[in-house]
Amino acid sequence: MSAVTQSILYLDGVSVSFDGFKALRSLSLTLQPGEMRAIIGPNGAGKTTMMDVITGKTKADEGDVLFDKGSIDLSRFDEAAIAELGIGRKFQKPTVFESHSVADNVLLALKGDRSPFSALFGARNRIATETIDRYLGIVHLLDHRARLAGALSHGQKQWLEIAMLLAQDPKLLLIDEPVAGMTDAETDVTAELLKDIARDHSVVVVEHDMGFVRALGCRVTCLHEGSVLAEGSIDAVAGNERVIEVYLGR
Amino acid sequence: MLTMRFFRMIEGRGLVFLGIIALVALLVPFCNLYLAPGNPFHVSNGTVVLLGKYLCYAMFAVALDLVWGYCGILSLGHGAFFALGGYAMGMYLMRQIGTRGVYAHPVLPDFMVFLNYKELPLTWWGFQHFPYAMLMVVLVPGLLAFVFGWLAFRSRVTGVYLSIMTQALTYALWLSFFRNDMGFGGNNGLTDFKDILGHNVQAQGTRAGLFIITCIALALTFIIARMIVASTYGKVLVAIRDGESRTRFLGYRVEHHKLLVWVVSAMMAGVAGALYVPQVGIINPSEFHPANSIEAVVWVALGGRGTLVGAALGAVVVNWLKTVFTTGWLAPYWLFALGGLFVLVTLAMPKGLIGVWEDIRARLANRKAIADAKASGGGSPVARSPDPQVPR
Ligand SMILES: Nc1ncnc2c1ncn2[C@@H]1O[C@H](COP(=O)(O)OP(=O)(O)OP(=O)(O)O)[C@@H](O)[C@H]1O
Ligand SMILES: [Mg+2]
Repeated sequence: MSAVTQSILYLDGVSVSFDGFKALRSLSLTLQPGEMRAIIGPNGAGKTTMMDVITGKTKADEGDVLFDKGSIDLSRFDEAAIAELGIGRKFQKPTVFESHSVADNVLLALKGDRSPFSALFGARNRIATETIDRYLGIVHLLDHRARLAGALSHGQKQWLEIAMLLAQDPKLLLIDEPVAGMTDAETDVTAELLKDIARDHSVVVVEHDMGFVRALGCRVTCLHEGSVLAEGSIDAVAGNERVIEVYLGR
Repeated sequence: MLTMRFFRMIEGRGLVFLGIIALVALLVPFCNLYLAPGNPFHVSNGTVVLLGKYLCYAMFAVALDLVWGYCGILSLGHGAFFALGGYAMGMYLMRQIGTRGVYAHPVLPDFMVFLNYKELPLTWWGFQHFPYAMLMVVLVPGLLAFVFGWLAFRSRVTGVYLSIMTQALTYALWLSFFRNDMGFGGNNGLTDFKDILGHNVQAQGTRAGLFIITCIALALTFIIARMIVASTYGKVLVAIRDGESRTRFLGYRVEHHKLLVWVVSAMMAGVAGALYVPQVGIINPSEFHPANSIEAVVWVALGGRGTLVGAALGAVVVNWLKTVFTTGWLAPYWLFALGGLFVLVTLAMPKGLIGVWEDIRARLANRKAIADAKASGGGSPVARSPDPQVPR
């Protein structure tokens, strides 16, 4: 039981099936507060589905999904409530609000009252430019603040989404494929950025880019067919026979 | 300071729009009341009514644009809210007739006497009082929108399914209001109005007054709508329109946000309907007809969805065309014209009339920039191909 009470996120025996196809099979995973974890695994392994279950997009058929030392059963909440509990998410396909400016994307993400009345008359209309710019500065998008988010490059959209994630100030960040479509230089910057973020947040990063995963320097979990295949340091996982067989290739 | 903020919120386009409304509100009644019929600038009584009708439709279009253009809720049944507001006003006007009706009953409207009603149905109570009737003008559409929206948005009905449900809503009301036992005048609806607040509804002065009030109501509707879309709430609405599920993952209760704008829009539509009825002098179930709601969507699309001003412009232009087409030898072709218009808009001008206007302006500005660059002799002019900036 102590594994639960010390965890920020605790998945145990989680299964999900879509029309009989088992996307997650009795998946178990524990994340310590402040920990950063990289998740790797072949296409269709269930990495994104795992994030869907945590954030309330998909309901688990069975198993426990617990947050914050086991005190919160996430299966009882919907997407908006889970976001309010302090779980933020960056999607695999970058999803920013394309017809809003870069700055407005951050404005909408900023932590604070999310009622219609706050947005209409209240505090959300009095957010200081500096607050928004602080987050844009972190992801190097200050010069782009007035542009439409839809006009950003793929990599910049990924960064904007990370800025939005930070602006929510969540306890736990779920980041799905942050460097897909980025140049090598952008990838390096992103790795540094995430390591920085991980200093005071718990983070789960899904990524295929092994160089990037290595640069993160954290524990790695490899998923395969909906459950954990291997877990440990990057060297241990990358050297695992089964991981090489199903994912990394010989 | 406050005025500056107001101007910024309204935007240049909106200020032009408000200016035009103010001008129309002054000129039309003046030219109607004070210029002799022989004067080339005289506006006939019929034209005043016609223009007043267009302005009610413009108000209705602004309400529809608020939910469709900004929040992505394509309502194909918004006419229901317009008609309900109209009926509430019609009921007040019916109860003002009193003993002047054909049957001279002091309380019951003619159609009730004709149908052998012994007493006034509960639904009609209080409608002899103007403030109560005006309250119902906004409350009835608002309440219906609240119940409908609460059920639909909470169960996450969106897109085509929601549009079909809105269409079903107005269709159901259309059928019910035809029935005599609904107690709203059945097929014939409510008509033969005598006075409003003691003024003869047919009188030239009353009509001019109603026209001015309609202008004011349209301006206020527009200002409220602008306040909504210029606030952060408006940004949340656009976020919902472009990525509903993404907005949820940011922690927003999408259903609450949708519900608020939906109810506000229904109330605006109700007020538009209420102003429409005393000017045209009748309200009947045909106002609930699904085709009316669909036509309103065409106005908004033609004028430019998500611009508010465009919606109002579209309503006036299409209805003016309709008047032209349905009163002469062109009458049989109106439906073809409307259909053709819709095809033209969707194919050739997806951003509507406002979009076309803005393209022209951008092109002129660009040409001027090139000319300036040439004049200053600064080498090869660089055609400004700006990154799309956010419209302020
Ligand atoms: N909503 C859904 N309906 C049906 N099947 C789904 C759904 N979501 C995911 N799946 C299936 O579940 C499996 C796991 O998908 P998931 O997206 O979690 O994989 P992944 O590990 O994120 O893969 P990738 O690396 O390609 O992103 C896939 O076979 C996918 O087709
Ligand atoms: Mg995935």
